[in-house]
This record gives sequence, structure tokens and C-alpha cells, in this order.
Amino acid sequence: MNKVLFFAHLRDEAGHESVEIEAAGKTVAELKQIIAEKYGVQKLDTSMTAINEEFSSNDEVINEGDTVAFIPPVSGG
Amino acid sequence: MNYEIAKEPINVQSVIDKVVQRDAGAITTFIGTVREMTKGKKTLYLIYDAYEPMAVKKLEQIGTEIQERWNGAQVAITHRVGRLDITDIAVVIAVSTPHRNDAYEANRYAIERIKEIVPIWKKEHWEDGQEWIGNQLETVPYPTGKPEEKDLNE
Repeated sequence: MNKVLFFAHLRDEAGHESVEIEAAGKTVAELKQIIAEKYGVQKLDTSMTAINEEFSSNDEVINEGDTVAFIPPVSGG
Repeated sequence: MNYEIAKEPINVQSVIDKVVQRDAGAITTFIGTVREMTKGKKTLYLIYDAYEPMAVKKLEQIGTEIQERWNGAQVAITHRVGRLDITDIAVVIAVSTPHRNDAYEANRYAIERIKEIVPIWKKEHWEDGQEWIGNQLETVPYPTGKPEEKDLNE
């Protein structure tokens, strides 16, 4: 299983802070599509993605147990 | 613990103290505060949220980048999360270097990098509503899903 984390407006849209989903073997892009359909989350295409707390690209493949976080454009500082 | 996410008010002096070193000729401190008026709109308060473990890692990365670019630099950054009122301190960056020019430049670099790569978000609360802010109006979407090399390096 994989833990998927949502932040900022994505969290509001998904209605969850995190969900458990089977994503091993899928790419980040494939997972984005699944999440968009299942949880009605928009704007994933403008979000960055982190796997295990490090930025990853859309074609990176997710492994069993990885934590995936969708990171909307940041606004700290 | 030079890089922290804080849930309580930041003690500015404690951040500065972390970069005190005998080789330093300068310490610059940047204090980011909550502004009331933005483009004519009045902010009541902000909520900051962070992906905390990754945010700390990214703050550490910024410190490492600074030490690679400016010789002898020491860096400490604390960013606050939770509810902040107008004039509250959101972030404190302290940089010490042997010479003052480097301390100014490196400190400026740190705040610009925070706005690019550190997973922290602010939610603006106005009199007529609220909204999560994405890099000031999402002027920088990431079509490949992550920052481009240029976003990460400059």
C-alpha cells in the first residue's frame, strides 16, 4: 500500500489529509489521474509531487510502501 | 537544529545565536512578517501549513546550497506555522559570513529559495473570504511535476 498526502487547496478538495491507495508500479502521472478521478481533485497538473519527501517527476515509478505527497505551488516566507 | 518549523512564536535572538562564529565579520537577519494590505485587500490573519519533515529537509538543502556558494557561511532558518496575526513573525533567517556582502547576498538567496522549494503554504483570510495562496497567483506552474533545474538552481 501507499500513503498519499494532500496539502493546502488539494486537501480541501480531496476532503482528506491522506489516503491509502495501491500505487506500486504506477507512475506519478498515472497516480495523478487515478486521484483526480477518485477524489475529484483538480489542479494536480500544476502540483509538484514528492516521493518519500523528495521531489519527483511525472514519469517516476512508485514502489510499494512509498509515501507520495502532492505539493501545490508553495507560498512560504 | 539550525532548520526548524515552529508552532510557537519565533525567538529572533535564538535563531541569530545559532550562527555566531569566531570567523564571522557579519550576521544578517531577515525577519518576514505578516502584512495587512496586499494590492488594496485587507488581510485579517494567515494560516501557515507545512509538510513538516520535507520542509525541514528543504530548509537544510538551502543551507547546504548557501555553504557551497558562500565560503564560511553559517545558516539558521525557522519558519512558523499555524495562525499568524498582522505583524507576527513568519520566518527568521540568520546568515553569518566572514564578510558583510556575502551575508547580505546569501540571506536574500535563502528567502527566494524558500518561496520556490519549501513545502509551506499560507491561507489568506480576508473580510470576505479565504484562499490558499500558491506562489502569489500560481505564476509558476510545474508542468513536469517538479521544479525545473533552473527553478532549483537559481
